[in-house]
Amino acid sequence: MRSRNCEWHNSTLRNLAKRALLGLFFVTVMGWGATGFALGPSSTPSIFSPDSTPAHDIYHLSLFVMAVCLGIFLVVFSLIVYSIVKYRRKATDDDREPPQIYGSNQVELAWTVIPILIVVVLFLAAARVIHAVEDAEFPPNTIEVTATGHQFWWEFQYPAYSFTTANELHVPVSDGSHPTPTHIILLSADTDHSFWVPQLAGKIDLIPNRRNEMWIDPKVPGHYVGQCAQYCGMQHAKMLLNVFVDTPEDFQKWVQQQKEPATTSDQVAAGRKVFEANACMNCHTITGTISHGRFGPDLTHLMSRTTIASGAAPNTQDNLTLWIKDPDAIKPGCLMPAMQLDEQDVNALVAYLMSLH
Amino acid sequence: MAEAQPIVPPLVIPQEREGSRPFVQVLHDWIVTVDHKRLGIMYFSYGILALVIGGIEASIMRAQLAVANNNLVSPEVFNQLFTMHGTTMIFFAAMPIVFGIANYLTPLMIGARDMAFPRLNAWGFWMTAFGGIILYFSFVGGFGLYGAGSAPDVGWFAYAPLTSPAFSVGHSTDYWTIGLLISGFGSIATGLNIMTTVLCMRGPGMKLNRMPMLVWLNSVMAFLILVAIGPLTAAQLMLLIDRFLGGHFFDTQAGGSAVIWMHFFWIFGHPEVYILVLPAFGILSEVIPVFSRKPIFGYNIMVAATVAIGFISLSVWAHHMFTVGMTSYANAFFVASTSAIAVPTGIKIFNWVGTMWGGKITFTTAMLFSVAAVAQMLIAGLTGIMLAAAPFDWQLGNSYFVIAHFHYVILGVIVFGVFSAAYYWYPKVTGRMMSETLGKWHFWLFLIGFHMTFDFMHIPGLLGMPRRIYTYEASRGWQTWNTIVSIGVIFQALAVLIWVFNATKSYFRGKIAGSDPWDAWTLEWSTSSPPPDYNFAELPVVRSRRPLWDLKHPEDPDWKYE
Ligand code: HEC
Ligand SMILES: [Cu+2]
Ligand SMILES: [Cu+2]
Repeated sequence: MRSRNCEWHNSTLRNLAKRALLGLFFVTVMGWGATGFALGPSSTPSIFSPDSTPAHDIYHLSLFVMAVCLGIFLVVFSLIVYSIVKYRRKATDDDREPPQIYGSNQVELAWTVIPILIVVVLFLAAARVIHAVEDAEFPPNTIEVTATGHQFWWEFQYPAYSFTTANELHVPVSDGSHPTPTHIILLSADTDHSFWVPQLAGKIDLIPNRRNEMWIDPKVPGHYVGQCAQYCGMQHAKMLLNVFVDTPEDFQKWVQQQKEPATTSDQVAAGRKVFEANACMNCHTITGTISHGRFGPDLTHLMSRTTIASGAAPNTQDNLTLWIKDPDAIKPGCLMPAMQLDEQDVNALVAYLMSLH
Repeated sequence: MAEAQPIVPPLVIPQEREGSRPFVQVLHDWIVTVDHKRLGIMYFSYGILALVIGGIEASIMRAQLAVANNNLVSPEVFNQLFTMHGTTMIFFAAMPIVFGIANYLTPLMIGARDMAFPRLNAWGFWMTAFGGIILYFSFVGGFGLYGAGSAPDVGWFAYAPLTSPAFSVGHSTDYWTIGLLISGFGSIATGLNIMTTVLCMRGPGMKLNRMPMLVWLNSVMAFLILVAIGPLTAAQLMLLIDRFLGGHFFDTQAGGSAVIWMHFFWIFGHPEVYILVLPAFGILSEVIPVFSRKPIFGYNIMVAATVAIGFISLSVWAHHMFTVGMTSYANAFFVASTSAIAVPTGIKIFNWVGTMWGGKITFTTAMLFSVAAVAQMLIAGLTGIMLAAAPFDWQLGNSYFVIAHFHYVILGVIVFGVFSAAYYWYPKVTGRMMSETLGKWHFWLFLIGFHMTFDFMHIPGLLGMPRRIYTYEASRGWQTWNTIVSIGVIFQALAVLIWVFNATKSYFRGKIAGSDPWDAWTLEWSTSSPPPDYNFAELPVVRSRRPLWDLKHPEDPDWKYE
């Protein structure tokens, strides 16, 4: 897992450099809007490699705004440099004061009116994208997801399929021939959070007592990363977002699996007993059992996830063991208590958890 | 250049107060003083002390972030560090510093003998000072009854409901709230005082449209204080009611509103940016003309632009809230108002360039800092334009890009402006010149450090790095940028040390300055350095915007042209 990330990372940097150069080239030479092709997910979630319409619209707007800003910068910065080079006091200068100029109405008018025009253009460009993203209409086959932010993990509910999962969001790819956007309702169970996966969309906050929404329609399958972008307490830094964009078939398969209740087998009955005899069941749900807690992540299909604790560690046997013994060792300050179980119980529990596919 | 004799003879008051008096007596004099110059120096020094403390907090954070998955500080400590850093820098470094400059210079520049309300002035200073002490007392007292946490860790804008009793146990948040509440009273007093002084205490002939630019900018600053601190005070009171009396304004668990806090805070918070940056603009507008040997270009429109900035800045606050899910109309409104403020700001930049144009520029340290501040304001303004386009802000907001943007304003313009002021008015305050050689070292090291840190800080933001995270994964590709950013801090720290050394050494060893070492034009240079008690023996009569120019060039006075 780690090593793969590293490879991604290198090729990402190269891609980024290429894109930056290309972007700059297009912006300066050919005007805005010529770039913007999907490269797929990257472990460095640059806002300049969008793979979904909202991120794409923003990307185009950003190229335009940056081109305007670059233009202004070049002009004004050259003026500054020119004036300090040209008008610095020279050794040959006499002591006389330079001509005293108090101002000029024509010049003032020019540098008031031109900026006003630029501002109007920028406003119109921004307003267009605001409207396109915020007031979008959705086709009937839109996938609905409710994302609830918790200190410090994500809960994802799929009301149409009536199941709940955590931390890893799965959505179908939305290609031109079969547009299946995902519409996400954003809620919070405690403090403010913010949902930010830069390659897919801009961030929107999850605020208690408030219903926000956003949408994505990823064009390329793969694993997109992001993280909580509004300070929410001690472990705000380890509230990572992992979005898996599946092909329509894979997505259907995943949905079918998630709808199933948890598998049970006699081999792990001991672990299940420990789970249900301890406070685990008060905080976690495992469908098909008596555990209905909602304070922590749903564990029904724990093993279908690649990481635990909102991306804080890969989902391996060792990490699960460590997590149950001492959550703070992986995520100091998280809201799951260390349960002080003995070795035998922990091992049984881990075996049980590892059976939750 | 230096004039040996003050142009207007000073009021001779026997100076038996200084000299070989016992330390306790001197200390007593300073503590009970109501003199605007002493209070100005006290405000300024207090601010510099806070700047150093806040800077140390920032350096620890940068050390933590220099490499991925670092464990130098725990998440808890990191969260306290950024909360204390932000709060300290805004409320106890930047504000006292600009208040100090305004206090010292406003009466001198308009030909007055003191501020309008000297006692209120002292009261304001001590309120601000106590506010800071209360905030830092949280390190000792924040454990409270519950033993939870010490320094506050809610962030400098302390979004609800993190501050509600459910999420913030113990008293650390209370120290934050009460500290700001009290220092806010002090700020309101200062705002009122500056406003009244400017309106009522101007010397003979000093009409409003003859006031130096710095005085104009300080009066608009004072106006903004009067408008903006109120909402902050109200919000703090509501929070106190929530925390101590069972109110539910911001307690979302009981139906309160997290968004209302944001509105209150940013209705204060955005004008606050201008409260800090306008005085810096004022400094640039004094320093640039003197070292270009030309009057400020377009005085009238500069004043108009200032007033425009003051008003527009009251209608842009929700650009801090583009991501809270406002309707498309609300978002569009705040895009419009926020971009509109670029126009008067742009006018200012153009006029500074216009002032230098055709001049004979001498690059003293003061001028170097001012010119750099102009260029940096240009960049900060442009990244501001990027952030003002709401959809672009959905990506950039709360990322390191925003951090880079506002540090560009606060360091690149405000702190550069303050350094410029420090070199420019040091001779007036102490009677001695600062070393220009050390000054140049200070400038260049600080410039390099500043650009290493804050230019490169934009990039991780573009690559998806949110603010306020105590660590990040190596796979994100943010490490290289963060390392560069952190290294820049070393240069800045070194530069500040050189400055402190320079200021201390020059105080004892610097060349005697005389009353007017820069051959300047505003009234403060007409009296001796340091100015005597009550500033002027006889109030100088002003006939133009540059009274000293008129005196020095009787054949070609300004008032013929204005
Ligand atoms: C007080 C409530 C509470 C109790 C009791 C509790 N947990 Fe948790 N658990 C949580 C919370 C909250 C999280 C999410 C932590 C985070 O990511 O910040 C969590 C996360 C987990 C995870 C990782 C899930 C994922 O997908 O990230 C596992 C596995 C887990 N708990 C197992 C257990 C077991 C086994 C027990 C009993 C020994 C237990 N928990 C007891 C609250 C609790
Ligand atoms: Cu968060
Ligand atoms: Cu603002």
